[in-house]
Amino acid sequence: MNDFPLFPEQASTVAPLVDALYLGLVAITGAVSLLIWIVIFYFAIKYRRRPDNELAQEQEPPAALEMTWIVIPTIVFLFIFVAGAWVFFRINRVPSNALEVYATGRQWMWKFQHPTGQREINSLHVPVGRPVKITMASEDVIHSLWFPSFRVKMDVLPNRFRTMWFEATKTGSYHIFCAEYCGTKHSGMIGTVVVMEPTEYQRWLAGGSEGSLASQGEKLFAKYACNTCHMDTASGRGPVLAGMYGKTRPLVSGQNVVFDDNYIRESILNPTAKIAAGFQPLMPVFQGQVSEDDLIRLLSYVKSIPAPGAAQTPASAPQASAPQATNTQGNPQ
Amino acid sequence: MTTTTVDDAPFIEPSGTARRNYLNDEYGVLSWLLTRDHKRIAILYIFSVTLFFIVGGVFAFLMRLELLTPEGDMFTSDTYNKLFTLHGIVMIFFFLIPAIPAVFGNFMLPIMLGAKDLAFPRINLLSWYIYMIGGTLGVIVIITGGVDTGWTFYTPFSTQYSNTKVFLTTLGAFITGFSSILTGLNFLVTTHRMRAPGLTWFRLPLFVWAMYATSIVIMLATPVLAITLVLLMVERVLGVGIFDPALGGDPVLYQHMFWFYSHPAVYIMILPGMAVISECVAAFTRKKIFGYKFVAFSSLAIAFLGFLVWAHHMFVAGISIYSAMIFSFLSMLVAVPSAIKVFNWTATMYKASVSWQTPMLYVLGFIGLFTIGGVTGLFLGALGVDVHVHDSYFVVAHFHYIMVGGTIMAYMAGIHYWWPKITGRMYPEWWGRLSALLVFVGFNLTFFPQFLVGYVGMPRRYHAYAPEFQVLNVLSTAGATILAVGYLLPMIYLFWSLKFGRKAGTNPWGAVGLEWATTSPPPKENFHETPVVTWEAYDYPAFLKAMRETQHV
Repeated sequence: MNDFPLFPEQASTVAPLVDALYLGLVAITGAVSLLIWIVIFYFAIKYRRRPDNELAQEQEPPAALEMTWIVIPTIVFLFIFVAGAWVFFRINRVPSNALEVYATGRQWMWKFQHPTGQREINSLHVPVGRPVKITMASEDVIHSLWFPSFRVKMDVLPNRFRTMWFEATKTGSYHIFCAEYCGTKHSGMIGTVVVMEPTEYQRWLAGGSEGSLASQGEKLFAKYACNTCHMDTASGRGPVLAGMYGKTRPLVSGQNVVFDDNYIRESILNPTAKIAAGFQPLMPVFQGQVSEDDLIRLLSYVKSIPAPGAAQTPASAPQASAPQATNTQGNPQ
Repeated sequence: MTTTTVDDAPFIEPSGTARRNYLNDEYGVLSWLLTRDHKRIAILYIFSVTLFFIVGGVFAFLMRLELLTPEGDMFTSDTYNKLFTLHGIVMIFFFLIPAIPAVFGNFMLPIMLGAKDLAFPRINLLSWYIYMIGGTLGVIVIITGGVDTGWTFYTPFSTQYSNTKVFLTTLGAFITGFSSILTGLNFLVTTHRMRAPGLTWFRLPLFVWAMYATSIVIMLATPVLAITLVLLMVERVLGVGIFDPALGGDPVLYQHMFWFYSHPAVYIMILPGMAVISECVAAFTRKKIFGYKFVAFSSLAIAFLGFLVWAHHMFVAGISIYSAMIFSFLSMLVAVPSAIKVFNWTATMYKASVSWQTPMLYVLGFIGLFTIGGVTGLFLGALGVDVHVHDSYFVVAHFHYIMVGGTIMAYMAGIHYWWPKITGRMYPEWWGRLSALLVFVGFNLTFFPQFLVGYVGMPRRYHAYAPEFQVLNVLSTAGATILAVGYLLPMIYLFWSLKFGRKAGTNPWGAVGLEWATTSPPPKENFHETPVVTWEAYDYPAFLKAMRETQHV
């Protein structure tokens, strides 16, 4: 980084698209603005008030101009809309092979958790050339996770999981900023994202950890006594969770709900909001009982329970591939 | 065609000593504080909004000083957060929203309509008192410790986490809103009911059209702000869950409600600016505004479309991508009527008689800066770019180009243009031009670097920042210093002119419009005889021809 950059580092797959759109807009709007200034100053000088020019001439520009500058700008503006939306879709469409990371925002720090169990504060290690999907929520107020070098940003909300993603294209260290004002140390809620070569990243992952996120979640599943009702067989008082992730579940209301991150979240914090068909509203409310960190661990575990008969053992299931249906609101399908 | 049927002869008191006008009609403090004269109420507003402009400006300057260095070394974080919050609240609620409608609208609208006063003079005075009550609450907040939520009061920070004076501040904003509503109501009724004989809708000055559009927006949007702030106070004080998820509320709902008012509020701030610019362009080019009807209807189009774009403040806040696309699309459409105005003002200058007097310099500045502010709005409306620049200094630069480069430039143009009418004195032209130049240079140096530093990645509302952003921030602070001088100069020479300024005649600019057909300053009842309007707005050829004939004969 030099001392006086006029352009941020271009370090993700979407960054060149955003920059191209930005520079295209600079070119179009710059040209139009320049044209307007030149015309204004040309008129202001050429038709400046002089003794022989006390009275304006009655001649008007042709009236057809009016339609010209209604129609042409409208077409240009709509073109800008389409281009902007096109890039926006690319920013929001999470690739199916994305590596999963969980983030929690709190006054005033960022906490990242990896499926393998590593936890970091105000820093995030990711491999280069691999899409990374961040599932995130806030513990208190609204924050916003911004990676300027990746040109992506998303508000982090206290009431639901949201997902963003990026694929870094250059190794190095880049800024993480909180972009939504969140109180006293808002400007201190910053960090560094470290983009590493895949081999180096593997070595970093092999470093100390308390077991995978899913295995930590399995322990919590027992600690909160979830397993007394949510059993592997249909005999439990609660619905079977195994292998449900990404599937559709019928509700007592007759509607269907996709068994995704936010449904799991809501069903833990406020279980009576959506009752699965065939079950009673017996589960206690966990709102205020489970921290965001524990929620992420539980989520990670619930997602990883394989369907009965599947070969994998839950706790060691790799988190590499998330089904496309995991996208929370805000992502295209 | 006759140009004027108004008795233009100077009104001489029977004694022949002094000309009676609204300023010397009555004396004493109570004659001001209990006045129902729209012109005197406008003067009350000039003093009040100028005071708040100075307060908000001091906050801004202190912020710029802090941002000279990357470290937060001048103020604590809490103090800095209060500075930008109070800067925003004071400038928006107590300066930008009331400034042009309450000063020039109050003073000029009835005169432009050929009326003796607004439809409800007592309500007009009431609106000033309400404004002052809200403003006093704002001052109490400042003195007793401030508020740190940002002017947007986002939940759940404002309802559960901030331990500053949120309740008093929102109460102040709530109360001040009613002042706007009453002013808007007054303008709407006056425009409908009190036009002079012959003054048809399409003979109205464009100032009146834009004020009319502004009044509609004020009447429809401000109550929503009132509702939103009440809900916020209810949650904060009574703990009723509306926006706070811990209480079962939805924080994004607050943003929808807030921006449903606050985006139209942007047009409450800029439409009056456009109103002033239309008047000045006509007066200082001596031409009828090109495409009068397009400019008039574009104000109404802005008023209408302005209600449909609020969620473009929320593209990354948690709305679905499909609603983001709809709001992006509508935001592109609202740019069209603004573009129409810019092109029409420019075309008006074609084969005109362009004066380089101070108001016109501000007009030229306005068109240039508003254009930049407008086109950078397209960047923010384009979804792919907005994700990156949202909540960065790019946004700060963008809205300052609209609010300062647009509205305040227009306010400065207006105060110089109408100063002779309001006070009966001319301001010193040389100083006026110098201040216009300083404001233009200082403004660009302050805010253009913020576009760049925003795209590089500096978030807004940051007390301390990464060292690579420093050069651009130093430029910005240097610009703010020049800008401050540019704003201080008029405050000094305008006061000076009250005593020492050259006496202005009835019509120092050779401008058409009913306000230039009555004496300067106008008599209490505005016109000695009710004017009968037989001419189109800005009918310069006929007007000047007639003026020339009367001079020759």
